[in-house]
Amino acid sequence: MSTAMSRSAEKTPTEAPETTSGGRVYRPLTDIVETDAGVSLMLEMPGVAADDVDITLEDRVLTIHGRTSTTRPEKFELAYAEYGEGDYERAFTMSEEFDPDRIRAEMHNGVLTVTLPRAEAAKPRKIAVKQA
Amino acid sequence: MLFPVYTNRSDPFALMRSMLRDFDRSFRPLASPSAFPPVNIWQGAEAVAITAELPGVEPADIEITVKEDVLTLSGERKAPEVPEGARWHRNERVFGKFSRAIRLPFAAGEDQIEARFTDGVLRIVVGRPEKDKPRKIEIKAA
Repeated sequence: MSTAMSRSAEKTPTEAPETTSGGRVYRPLTDIVETDAGVSLMLEMPGVAADDVDITLEDRVLTIHGRTSTTRPEKFELAYAEYGEGDYERAFTMSEEFDPDRIRAEMHNGVLTVTLPRAEAAKPRKIAVKQA
Repeated sequence: MLFPVYTNRSDPFALMRSMLRDFDRSFRPLASPSAFPPVNIWQGAEAVAITAELPGVEPADIEITVKEDVLTLSGERKAPEVPEGARWHRNERVFGKFSRAIRLPFAAGEDQIEARFTDGVLRIVVGRPEKDKPRKIEIKAA
């Protein structure tokens, strides 16, 4: 990791499926770190409040959805644009089982941190093979 | 993309313009955001607003300075602290220092600037000074 930001990663809109409202859905940039205690994900979702995030874990697929409200200031016309506004959605297939009740999520300055502690049951059990 | 046959022969470039417009729309929906942070600029009669996406930046780490008509937005995005022995699976986000200079359409005094930071989105509103506003001239009856 460099000290100066020479390049800028940018969020990209997802291709399909389309939204019914016609708005764009962006794929949030994500960092994923694994420790012995579990996995944490950090997703960049600027403009999303903590109440507007949906996280679901079903069949090992973790889906994160964030809704934004447009920040269009009143009596202003957009003169120049480098980024678009829209909802965020991204899904990850987890390599192991996690307990959905123990997932913790925290929103801070537009970055959502999702922590999945490793489930006790998911720790490998060794099965002894008996000789016939 | 369907290009209609123009019946108006007086403007032979109408079709070409229409094609270029469609080309721009489909391939370049936004100005190329190569710099961090990406900014949107909004223009109003009384003020100019600048919004920037700065997820993961602490408000205390953002510095906004104005010198005549140049607004500079600088700061640092610190990398998250991870425990030792952690394995990175994905590293899409970028961290470090950033700086951007934006030229305003008018020279603004520091007291006319208001900045707000919510959910990783910075919004700066720069008020237009009185002397820059258009003056209405009344027409006297002769």
